[in-house]
Amino acid sequence: MIDFEPDHDLQRRIDAYRIVARQIMRPISREYDENEHARPTKFYELMWAGRAQAGLEVGPDKGARSNRMRTLFTILAAEELSWGDVGLFLQIPNPGLGGAAVMAAGTPQQKERFLKRFSEGNPKWAAMAITEPGCGSDSAAITTTARREGDHWVINGTKIFCTGGKMAAELSEGFVVVWATVDKNAGRAGIKPFVVEHHTPGMSVVRVENKLGIRVSDTAALVFEDCKIPLDNVLGSPEVKPEGGFKDAMATFDATRPIVAAMAIGVGRAALDFVRDFLSERNMEIRYGLSPQRLTAIERDFMEMEVQLKAARLLAWRAAWLLDNGQRNSLEASMAKAKAGLAVTQITQKAVELLGPLGYSRAYLLEKWMRDAKINDIFEGTQQINLLIIARRILGYSSKDLN
Amino acid sequence: MISFELTEEQRMISQTVEAFAREEIRPAARTADESGQIPPELVQKIWELGLVRSVIPEASGGDGGQRSAVTGVVAAEALAYGDLSIAIHALVPRLLAYPVLEMGDQAQRARYLPLFAQPGFCAASAALTEPRWDFDIFSIATTARGSGSGYILNGEKCYVPLARESEFLIVFASCGPAVEGFILPGGCPGLVVGEREKNMGLKALATYGLTLKDCAVPAEARLGGERGINFNRLMSEQKVAAAAMAVGVARSAFEYARDYALQRRAFGAPIATRQAIAFMLAEMAIEIDASRLLAWEAASRLDKGEDALKESYQAKNYTASAVLKICDNAVQILGGHGYIREHPVEMWLRNARGFAMLEGLTTV
Repeated sequence: MIDFEPDHDLQRRIDAYRIVARQIMRPISREYDENEHARPTKFYELMWAGRAQAGLEVGPDKGARSNRMRTLFTILAAEELSWGDVGLFLQIPNPGLGGAAVMAAGTPQQKERFLKRFSEGNPKWAAMAITEPGCGSDSAAITTTARREGDHWVINGTKIFCTGGKMAAELSEGFVVVWATVDKNAGRAGIKPFVVEHHTPGMSVVRVENKLGIRVSDTAALVFEDCKIPLDNVLGSPEVKPEGGFKDAMATFDATRPIVAAMAIGVGRAALDFVRDFLSERNMEIRYGLSPQRLTAIERDFMEMEVQLKAARLLAWRAAWLLDNGQRNSLEASMAKAKAGLAVTQITQKAVELLGPLGYSRAYLLEKWMRDAKINDIFEGTQQINLLIIARRILGYSSKDLN
Repeated sequence: MISFELTEEQRMISQTVEAFAREEIRPAARTADESGQIPPELVQKIWELGLVRSVIPEASGGDGGQRSAVTGVVAAEALAYGDLSIAIHALVPRLLAYPVLEMGDQAQRARYLPLFAQPGFCAASAALTEPRWDFDIFSIATTARGSGSGYILNGEKCYVPLARESEFLIVFASCGPAVEGFILPGGCPGLVVGEREKNMGLKALATYGLTLKDCAVPAEARLGGERGINFNRLMSEQKVAAAAMAVGVARSAFEYARDYALQRRAFGAPIATRQAIAFMLAEMAIEIDASRLLAWEAASRLDKGEDALKESYQAKNYTASAVLKICDNAVQILGGHGYIREHPVEMWLRNARGFAMLEGLTTV
């Protein structure tokens, strides 16, 4: 039966995140935007310590019930925490995109081996390295290589735009999932995900980027020079099969795109809440039910922003729900991501405009949310790449037919 | 619990009605639009699908099914996927049947509901919209003044579907601070049905203006009796229905444009292989799904008995813009061919424009 209300248990867990967002993230939000490469170590400790009761713990021994709602729960949490601060959300010590790749492509043994660490010890991160200086959206053009040498893989290449890369590779006992080709002639089929453990010789973080927004989140450039890793660190099957490795990359995106959509939605909601409160303090309430001719320009703008955000949210929920129910969701995940990325970029830009000179001021967080929002229309597949994926699906085209 | 799964029954209704829309309604749409007439046999056939009778209580001769806004939304989308004018026409009786079913007093239910359990199509309608540029549901200028034990109605209405042939009509009027509904027989003294209206789209749907001049009605005519009606809820149901129908129109335009783009060649390849076209189609697909989910959300709130004025308002406004844009894109993808009446997309564009201003034509 169609229903859009989280049940009591889910709602209770979301409410807990709302408190974290309001009381822990918001107060330090501006500080870590201004001091770009500072590390909120207290925040890391707090989030790590609280992860079990918050349900953030990702591991192989989750019960059937939580698996059934895993993605839905994750995106609801992501929205709440991104309402607090989306950059800080990305920096929460957790399996992140690296963990998502393990979940999507790893064997049960690998899930156990790589993810167990997130339920013990010190704060840890896992990252995913796919983009290279010469290829972003065209991830099939990856040039990083994995060469088999005796009982090791040897990785060579350069990766950029690796979210959380510094934390995963150098500042915790985490790992980086590196996408590399085992056979350049095999094209997509030759691309495989490899787990490179923290501090592995041959892997180095050469740069942490300066960015428009999400400044507290580290975006690393990594270089792999004859980096040796064990044979069974390749996720899933090491064999080159048609549609093999790349399919795993796509499966990762099916899980992460709804999350990115939810992150965007959290930022958009922060901006909307801010504008609503701002107007309300000036005795301007939004009136529903009137004809458009009777509404003020601000009401019309606000209503449009609000419904765009809701439309994006429903698309994200659907994409997550499908995945949790064992159904294919590539099309829906791309729809949610494309819609949310663009809608929230526009919502936050309009919000800055609505507040005039105050919107542009760093005295408020609104301008920061506009900068933060933009990344959601870029990473994990740009707006345009997602449109391309949607178009192929609805037209029955392959990537060769439509590119 | 969050779920995106229709019930078995809803899936069945969706499939049945959509198949009917494709095979029976769509082929009749162009002729109906050009001639301004919908074949009565077709209306009768849709009536026999039981979309109205199914929720009339068994005591009144109906099937006694559980009424659900979500089910209504699913059926409305499928029907409008065939043709909007025909879909609205076929469901016009709901404009009287559903408010009586939901809010009528016992005498009203006993008197009116059996009409809709009959084997033949029964025209009954409602008059909501008024001929003003800034009309909205919170500014009903038609008045109902208490007089003796009854009421005197004065005002002007427009876009009243099937007003001429309707046996009964609900007229919405301001009655003190609230809006109430009054059930009038078609030939009631003081009620004058005007000329059939001529509109840009929905040309197959017969709508009329109404004038109420010192139209006296007894106290029993007031819908819901002393208790009156929950006007916001009725309006929410109407907005949700309009949103659902807009999704149906949008989907027909999208599919037509998609199929055209797959076969139309330019510069040696189907135009669908060009990003300029493919991206338009992708955006259309996103907006159709987003619109449908907004309609579902509002409908599911209605089914829980919750207030859904804001949600239905959002769903309708969003969908009204989306369907216009989608139909416009469809015309654009067909290029010059889209502008020619040989293809249906220009008709869908004209019909789509109606959603932004028309209220009270349909309900769930």
